[in-house]
Amino acid sequence: MKLHIVIVEPDETRAKLVIDSLQPLGHQVTVIAEASGLARRVCDIAPDIVLIDMSNPSRDTLEEMALASGPMERPVAFFVDRTDRDLTLQAIEAGVSAYVVDGLQPERVATVMDAAIARFQMFRRMRVELETTRRALEERKLIDRAKGILMKARGISEEDAYALLRKTAMDQGRKVAEVASALVTAAGLLS
Amino acid sequence: MNLTPLRVGFVPLLDMAPIVIAQEMGFAQAEGLKLDLRRAPSWSSLRDMLLWGQVEAAHMLAPLPVAMALGLGGAVARLDILQVMSINGDVIGVSQDLAQRLRNVGHEFGFSDARRARDDLGKAATGPLRIGVPFPFSTHVELVTYWLRDAAIAFELCTIPPPRMADALAAGEVDAFCVGEPWGSVAVELGAGTLLLPSRAIWAVAPEKVLAARHDWVSENPAQTGRLMRAVWRAAKWLCVPGNRLIASEILARPEFVNAPVEVLDRALRGEMVISPQGEFRHVPDMIRFFDGATSFPWRSQAAWFAVQLAARHGLHPGRSIEAAKAICRTDLYRQNLRAAGADLPGASEKLEGSLHHATAVASERGQMILAPDAFFDGQIFDSSRKPR
Repeated sequence: MKLHIVIVEPDETRAKLVIDSLQPLGHQVTVIAEASGLARRVCDIAPDIVLIDMSNPSRDTLEEMALASGPMERPVAFFVDRTDRDLTLQAIEAGVSAYVVDGLQPERVATVMDAAIARFQMFRRMRVELETTRRALEERKLIDRAKGILMKARGISEEDAYALLRKTAMDQGRKVAEVASALVTAAGLLS
Repeated sequence: MNLTPLRVGFVPLLDMAPIVIAQEMGFAQAEGLKLDLRRAPSWSSLRDMLLWGQVEAAHMLAPLPVAMALGLGGAVARLDILQVMSINGDVIGVSQDLAQRLRNVGHEFGFSDARRARDDLGKAATGPLRIGVPFPFSTHVELVTYWLRDAAIAFELCTIPPPRMADALAAGEVDAFCVGEPWGSVAVELGAGTLLLPSRAIWAVAPEKVLAARHDWVSENPAQTGRLMRAVWRAAKWLCVPGNRLIASEILARPEFVNAPVEVLDRALRGEMVISPQGEFRHVPDMIRFFDGATSFPWRSQAAWFAVQLAARHGLHPGRSIEAAKAICRTDLYRQNLRAAGADLPGASEKLEGSLHHATAVASERGQMILAPDAFFDGQIFDSSRKPR
């Protein structure tokens, strides 16, 4: 029997990656991208499992469903209640949380979670890499501007300007980018 | 000095101030701690971070550890309430459409009379009200439910993360909300809503956020627990000095903390609320409180009040629920860790809730304890030592 899985994920590319990992297991996957009306839409779809990024603030809305127990509502449990500790820890570290309909066999949940955890770990790595690259690029730009300011103000070469920044940073026990940032801010104030 | 790192989780709200101030104003450092403040995107995430050891302590909705002690909502470990971080600080707001209907039935938005507001809401509502709250286990839910329980108003609670509350109101997802500041004032700023009541109009000393930690971590790390409690307590004391409010707002406004305008954060701290997009102004004494009136003491009777409300809604045994709630209030650690720091300690660890209509001196070690008025809007008195029927 195939499971109906809902993914709550505003980013289309990321949602597609999760779909690609779950569909080969023979499951039906639906994506909800919008935060508004989330509880109602999940209830209408009546999935077996809901997957959501832990960093998504809409998680609390799903939490409410997990507590609902009206006659027409399917009981839902938060994943940590019913599965083994290792898998739960892995899920939390990967940043994925899952809401599972009561009575679903733990082994079936585990296969879905294994696939989802792998994908979310990949996202996490990608996110960290992207952030590192972005920061490096920003620092590069700052240092270039600081060098420009020094070259103009002191009439020195680019190489000397960089050497001066680096020496100041070393003397003060700070990063070159921090010194550059301070200089750019100060120059902005003085001009 | 070698500082011990300690991870503390929070959700972006004004009432996280004591932990931010503990770190930023050096109270943590004075205790040999370096707080690594971790912003959580939602209450469920923060709860999981705490339960699964990704943070050692957290800024937490007061009823959440109580609900877990009662076995509600996926309790996988016991959480202890070390101290209360804030009292009051929530607002109830309504959509511009509902505000207009309230004005049409003669409501004047006095922003203080909960009974009047409730009666007028009953006249103005044209159908079931959808009310946004931040989490199923929250002071917000307990206060709204208590406030509307005897009223002929049909309502449905919808969980919406605090920073999204203004948008949800503007988009018509909800007709009203109960949310912690600054998110109610943000809704006013955006022209999405008008504020109807401060939460203190329902219960004048409702505990809002607590400092919570895992019971097993607290048992294994008594020294660090004490250092954290003292740092947060001294920060709360600092926050109660009026001259420090603006600095507090400026620190909290930073993107890594609450990420909201300084001017909006400052309103609740000063108790000077702008309640409507037209700029109507209301002064609210005790809009939010961090320290005076024995705020930080984890009164067992306050947790018991939450337990009774939760037990009634979830069909649990009231007596056993009260006992479970009282057991997680670490009044023992509070006495032990804060006595030397200079905290005045009450003679008893529980009190009648709702009996004080004026500031009242009570028995305490230093004889300086004055409790603030703690009345419920309907005049009820809650005695947590009386056996519930």
